[in-house]
Amino acid sequence: MQIKHEAIAGTLESSDAQVTVRPAPELSLHISSSVLNQYGRQIKAVAEQTLKRLAVERGTIEIVDKGALDCTLKARIEAAIYRSADQSAAGIAWEVLA
Amino acid sequence: MINRPTPKKVRIRRSMMFMNAQKPNLLKDAYIYGVDSIIMDLEDAVAENQKDSARFSLFNTLKNIDYGDTEVIVRINGLDTPHWQEDVRVCVAAGVDGIRIAKCESADDVRTVEKAVAAAEAEFGVESGRTLLMAALESPIGIMHAYEICTASTRLFGVAISAGDLRKSLHVKSEPGGVEMFTARSQVVMAARAAGVQCFDTMWPNLDDEAGFEAETIQARQLGFDGKSLINPRQIAFVHQTFAPTKAEIAYAEKLIRSFNAQQDSGIGVYTVDGKLVDVPFFDDARRVLAQAKAIGIYHGEL
Repeated sequence: MQIKHEAIAGTLESSDAQVTVRPAPELSLHISSSVLNQYGRQIKAVAEQTLKRLAVERGTIEIVDKGALDCTLKARIEAAIYRSADQSAAGIAWEVLA
Repeated sequence: MINRPTPKKVRIRRSMMFMNAQKPNLLKDAYIYGVDSIIMDLEDAVAENQKDSARFSLFNTLKNIDYGDTEVIVRINGLDTPHWQEDVRVCVAAGVDGIRIAKCESADDVRTVEKAVAAAEAEFGVESGRTLLMAALESPIGIMHAYEICTASTRLFGVAISAGDLRKSLHVKSEPGGVEMFTARSQVVMAARAAGVQCFDTMWPNLDDEAGFEAETIQARQLGFDGKSLINPRQIAFVHQTFAPTKAEIAYAEKLIRSFNAQQDSGIGVYTVDGKLVDVPFFDDARRVLAQAKAIGIYHGEL
């Protein structure tokens, strides 16, 4: 998928994550987390896997994690990417996201 | 990856607790409360500009968290919104047990959702007929059409009365004793029983008024409801206790069944137990009481 414009999903509440995506010529991932020391690697792995599955090849991905579960983090990244492509409202290929 | 077992149309539903589908901190451990059903809400709890994000949250939560025996139902947005069709698709793809139709007003509303559910089941390779339905009756016309709604689909396991909007349409406010809702509640119970489906009372919104909540819960049980909607975990215990058969009811049911078994071969249709005339409908009711007591784990006898 292509990131067409800036988009945000999620909140800064506990157990959530806020994901901001912006168009950029190269793919880069920026993570800040309240549990970075313990879970930094896992957050990065979930983010990379999610982006790979959505075939996102370019863009800046900024994650502010507040102790989100993997499935929450994945949901916020997906929502931000789909929003940035104006495709979040309907017709989502849910089977691909499983 | 979680794949939930095939939902059961007939099961215990004393308590149905609403959870905002947009809030991960609420969804992630909702199964620990021991509520019979949770209702993940895509409707009123989710702001208009977060409907899309809430679906991603719902989908990933259901695919990754094991809710075990807790039934998972999703309240979808109204049929007059642009959201409900995608809501149905995500529900079916995520494998929810049932869909709650908000503001249901006619059998056609149920059939409209049923059609979309069937299409989504085909699209996502989900077993045909797996996804159950329930309808919320929130308007005078919905209440007037209760019976036809209750019989509109074989997927429909029950109806809930929702009082907030209904009171406004009826030009009444919440009264102590619930006199203003009496006709509507009774009509919903009557329609559900006539159709052989379950019925659920509205939620109690005022968390500080515990006495009011308890009185309304007891009244709902007395009127014949199977359970009640909830908005807070601290309401669960009282609802479970109120909608469970009492010790005396269980003991009497047991006595009836034993006497029935003893009388069965003697050709007697009517006789007395504890000095009171009993016949066939008493035994059906006694069997229902024992089945319910067993299902919630409070009957340990031999019957």
